[in-house]
Amino acid sequence: MGMTLAEKILARASGREQVWPDQIVVARVDLAMSHENADLVRKSFLEIGLAHVWDPSKIVIVFDHRIPAESEKTATTHKAVREFVAAQGIEHFYDVGRGGICHQVLPENGHVRPGMVLVGTDSHTTTHGAFGAFATGIGATEMAGVWAEGALWFKVPSTLRIEVEGEFRQWVSAKDLILYIIGRLGADGADYRAVEFDGPAIRRMTVASRMVLANLAMEMGAKVAFTPVDEILLDYLRPRVPEKLEMIAADADASYERVIRVDAGHDILEPQIACPHAVDHVQPLSALGEVPVEQAVLGSCTNGRLEDLEVAARIVAGRVVHPRTRLVVIPASQQIYRDAMRLGYLETLVAAGAIINPPGCGPCVGVHQGILAAGETCVSSTNRNFLGRMGSKDSLVYLASPAVVAASAIAGKLAHPESIVKEGFPCLTEV
Amino acid sequence: MPDGSLKLRGRVRAVLGDNIDTDMIYPGRYLNITDREKTAEHLFELAYPELRPNLEAGDIIVAGRNFGCGSSREQAAAALKFAGAGAVIAGSFARIFFRNAINLGLPAVVAPLASLACAAGDELEIDLVAGEIRNLTGDRMVEAAALDPRAVELIAAGGLIPYLKRKYAA
Repeated sequence: MGMTLAEKILARASGREQVWPDQIVVARVDLAMSHENADLVRKSFLEIGLAHVWDPSKIVIVFDHRIPAESEKTATTHKAVREFVAAQGIEHFYDVGRGGICHQVLPENGHVRPGMVLVGTDSHTTTHGAFGAFATGIGATEMAGVWAEGALWFKVPSTLRIEVEGEFRQWVSAKDLILYIIGRLGADGADYRAVEFDGPAIRRMTVASRMVLANLAMEMGAKVAFTPVDEILLDYLRPRVPEKLEMIAADADASYERVIRVDAGHDILEPQIACPHAVDHVQPLSALGEVPVEQAVLGSCTNGRLEDLEVAARIVAGRVVHPRTRLVVIPASQQIYRDAMRLGYLETLVAAGAIINPPGCGPCVGVHQGILAAGETCVSSTNRNFLGRMGSKDSLVYLASPAVVAASAIAGKLAHPESIVKEGFPCLTEV
Repeated sequence: MPDGSLKLRGRVRAVLGDNIDTDMIYPGRYLNITDREKTAEHLFELAYPELRPNLEAGDIIVAGRNFGCGSSREQAAAALKFAGAGAVIAGSFARIFFRNAINLGLPAVVAPLASLACAAGDELEIDLVAGEIRNLTGDRMVEAAALDPRAVELIAAGGLIPYLKRKYAA
């Protein structure tokens, strides 16, 4: 019987010929990622009473949630993790100034490859499905178990297949596509399930755009989310990954719980916005009327990549951010920061009045570097707009594409990029 | 459970809606608190500030679908447990929250109609192994799913860490 990608990877990782949805398997873990919550993992691990982690070469720790440390308390946990990393000989550690956001740092540095089982103590670990990995988020205590045993039990998920065809309209991006899908399926529309995105429109996308889909699939509950393993992906991986790369795909006769078809050009006419306080409260931009914004945030593991900074720079070039609005820009990694600097994107953004945050999660997780006051509204390229997510419980967050964030920063209110840039250019980067 | 069984009894403290997310349960700004007991101070701080001060040991939180959606933050489950919640019953759970709860030894019970069949103040008796909830106040049974045997084993051990501790001490 044919298997989906999720079934194939779990079958292999659990030493079986075949697995079925709802079956419980114990799978070997190829990579275990944590950020600052490595401190929680560390504490749980020490409680177990083992002297050493199962394999210090398979653990990656990246500081990204609070960098540089915003308080003495965080500085103390950072220090404790650094000491643990040294004591255990954990080989891959990205400290402040060495990495950026974990979901960007891992693929950039060749840690992720097709067919692997990757767990991370961060819900957006689904992002790595864009590299053909069975990648999912777990809690800190569960990770302590992985550090001890190098294996974890999984319920084999059933799979939703989402096939996307058609040409994207101007100013419609991967972010708009995934917000549209989440709006249709709901916040639990893919709960406990694997998602396979495929179809000609997906196969034309850059790796960065595919990461947006896998990343935000989490917001409809997905356990894992894949985009195709094809030549475009292998071109990205080859210079980065030392191991042999494998073309894996679902079998042609795999069985799916449901197949959903989207015609990007026909179904998505304009930018999509997730309105407060839920990611599935999705409306087309034109339905929202006048929404003034005090802050615009461009960044995060969802949309802080080079193509996102590029589209924003092209929109704000030669213009200034509206007096009522603050534009906060966060490159997703040190590498992206340097590339954006070299290409002049940061110069353009700063000249327009943007402030550049260090590569990390920044205000997306509501900790520092751009917190909202009561009564303020933010348009953000990030991934969650929950109550109080970015500050006061009386603030509002609208999630949008990088192009809409940039256009809104100039307009001082939610704005369609075509209202700012008359000449127009595509904001879905194709390869 | 204190008496070693997998039955528990408690009073419904609140009946919440669908999609109660992890930021509502435990705001992101407190994620640098890594002492589990201290997480309790911030339970529902922004969304339902009146809930925690009134929570008594063993109280049950009832909710609709997709409870705990969003972040993988274990503090959401820890805050509930250390604030005294005896169990969470929901129409469904987001998967990471569910695993976090079980791994911390906090019973999480799936009961599709619980938020309709229970009201704040009702006294419930839950049999985790059989998947039975009896509403003692309303004198009716509430349909629920039995916990997976693996989850039962973890709850019985008091969570994943005590479970592994015992395994490696043996």
